[in-house]
Amino acid sequence: MKKKILALVLVLALVASVAIGLAACNDNGDQLVFGLICLHDENSTYDKNFIDAAREAAKAKNAKLIIRTGIPESAACYDAAVDLVDQGCDVIFADSFGHETYILQAAEEFPEVQFSHATGTHAHTEGLDNFHNAFASIYEGRYLAGVVAGYELNEMIESGKITADQAKMGYVGAYPYAEVVSGYTSFYLGAKSVCPSVTMEVRYTSSWYDETAEKNTATALIDNGCVLISQHADSSGAPTACEEKGVPNVTYNLAFPDNDTYLVGSRINWAPYFEYLIDCVANGTEVADDWTGHLSTGSVELLAYGAGVSDEVKAEVEKVKAKLLDGSLKVFDCSTFTVGGKMLTEYMADVHPDPDPKNPIPDTQVIKTENGVTYFAESADGFRSAPYFDVRIDGITEINEA
Amino acid sequence: MTNIKTDREPLFRIVKRDNIARGKAWGIRIGAVVIAILIGAVVSAILGGGSAFGTFFSGLFEGVFGTPRRILNLFQNTAILLCIALAVAPAFKMRFWNIGAEGQVLMGCLGSVVVIQYLGGQIDNFWLIIVMFLASVAFSVVWAVIPAIFKAKWRTNETLFTLMMNYVAMQLVAICIFAWVPSGSGVLGTLADGRFPLIGGQRYILNIILVAVAAVALFLYFRFSKHGYEISVVGESENTAKYVGINVKKVIIRTMVLSGVLCGLAGLLLVGGTNYSVAVDSVDNRGFTAILVAWLGKFSPPAMAFTSWLYVFIDQGAKNVATLMGMGEAFPDIITGIFFFFVIGCEFFINYKVKFRPRKKKAENPVEEVAS
Repeated sequence: MKKKILALVLVLALVASVAIGLAACNDNGDQLVFGLICLHDENSTYDKNFIDAAREAAKAKNAKLIIRTGIPESAACYDAAVDLVDQGCDVIFADSFGHETYILQAAEEFPEVQFSHATGTHAHTEGLDNFHNAFASIYEGRYLAGVVAGYELNEMIESGKITADQAKMGYVGAYPYAEVVSGYTSFYLGAKSVCPSVTMEVRYTSSWYDETAEKNTATALIDNGCVLISQHADSSGAPTACEEKGVPNVTYNLAFPDNDTYLVGSRINWAPYFEYLIDCVANGTEVADDWTGHLSTGSVELLAYGAGVSDEVKAEVEKVKAKLLDGSLKVFDCSTFTVGGKMLTEYMADVHPDPDPKNPIPDTQVIKTENGVTYFAESADGFRSAPYFDVRIDGITEINEA
Repeated sequence: MTNIKTDREPLFRIVKRDNIARGKAWGIRIGAVVIAILIGAVVSAILGGGSAFGTFFSGLFEGVFGTPRRILNLFQNTAILLCIALAVAPAFKMRFWNIGAEGQVLMGCLGSVVVIQYLGGQIDNFWLIIVMFLASVAFSVVWAVIPAIFKAKWRTNETLFTLMMNYVAMQLVAICIFAWVPSGSGVLGTLADGRFPLIGGQRYILNIILVAVAAVALFLYFRFSKHGYEISVVGESENTAKYVGINVKKVIIRTMVLSGVLCGLAGLLLVGGTNYSVAVDSVDNRGFTAILVAWLGKFSPPAMAFTSWLYVFIDQGAKNVATLMGMGEAFPDIITGIFFFFVIGCEFFINYKVKFRPRKKKAENPVEEVAS
């Protein structure tokens, strides 16, 4: 009896599925299909940033968009990618660092479909025609946000709230990884450019998305004397902690205009890259192996200002932005920071990943001098888009509790 | 007021069922699944508007059977979940509440990856996989046996112990990845060595075959071996087991070794046949889901195969519905939550009967009737 019912249910399920499968045989016509794979969903500020941009680009380019949310960094990512291929996607983009090798696996299997991946490092060494990386010079955005933070600190010093020595910022980082190090260093240098006495303490959560840990870490930083908080982690944990403690906050990816403590934030606007990607695929032109967006391409943006930021500060930020745009100002200008008390004159960065650890690809000299300015060339042309600045500079204390 | 109350018979009463026909019990269970799916459709309609009611059904089946690859994924995910369910079943059968399968499988994954890291490329892939299997089993067995020894020798609480061991395992994996990946990204990425061969050009087939073999083996072990019988006796009553001369401590430890071996197999399948890597969330909570699945299957391997399949069916289908309707990643969890609520809840109606108050009858002496 039990087996009969079971068999019946299975047979019915199969028949129903075949019928639905035939009926749902999708015909996308001439419309290009864009598949987006997200680690989390819109509750994560990081993923929301990609989802919003993909919707904008798909609308502008009249492409059909399929979004897969909650895809972990495992074979589930490969499964999601090949399933998107089955659904007729012409181009597939994955948003998380750990997705890369699984997307690569799918790209090897389906050479006729284009794959791209944010923050990845393998495209320029793997040599596949249909696998690409993209990122943006977000360090410029963080530098500008740092300038706003610096003015805020100056105001605190002038009003007598803190002394110049107490100008300590806190930074909630995800992992001690180049992308995070590059981000917090540029933020710090931005603040230091207007408030020379500033110091910073960095603590890690060992997770890209952990609201509780981010909130607790931000609170711990505040309790340890930090008077301003920024973060590179993907939830609203740190902004919430700042709101509770009444400490100014500089965000990433998402503005929190309703928070009294919100100052400003920065984000990568992915819409220009997505539009470029869709155009390339639609026209059959080659996609760049490693694409880096800039302030000039509209890929790096400062978020809307909070209510507390004065018009004078906004005007100053515009001046700095103009200097970054015309190239007269370099974020990682070696004369503005020291490493172990000395100026950085050369640095060999691990620009190319080493597929074979026993036979590593040599590191690359990334310190350049241009028009008399010696600087660390981050996300530079000819190197790679994903950050590789992993130098620990003076003035920043790193505490790893993981 | 109180007088009126005593005069009235309650609207319904709950009566313990002694025996229920197997067919009827399964009828109730299948009814619960059907109701769960209907409620799921209603929830979608509330969240996504009226048309979502229909989308839920088509999306559910399309997500699972829509393409040959989705059908393969269904069986692959079923195989992994079933493998972990098989691992927890023996311990639960003897009422050893092992909720540490998550960590035990993760340690199995770690064992395989350690072997790939240090032996990969130096020996033949076939032998590499054999060594991976041995290492996975060794790691998982150690993780399963530590709480078992503490329970057998010092009567520690195994529920808390096995739960805490999960977090220790996760931290160990995090530390290893930290040591192996100098860039500090916390991501190991796929490894080239130690991958299972493709069968018929398809991934996952070998996983499915190995789990099927394990399920049959465990079925035979439970049904026909002396060990299987001893597990049942210890589960029924420890004292009875002692009277008939069963060494309870030995059975507890031996059964947890078996559990560890199966967790090790699951770890190997996740590394060699699925992810080719390890991460803190490699097991993805399946160590906990497997407990529910094993329980629903009454620790019988064939029934567990069915309940695993059913869970994966609902989960995979609900994920497709979420994609079609633009819902977040919590949506599949809501649907599987509804599924578990009804399927577990229906056990109540299998164990108890609800008797409603007879309609027209005027009860003359309700107290007596209850007593009868």
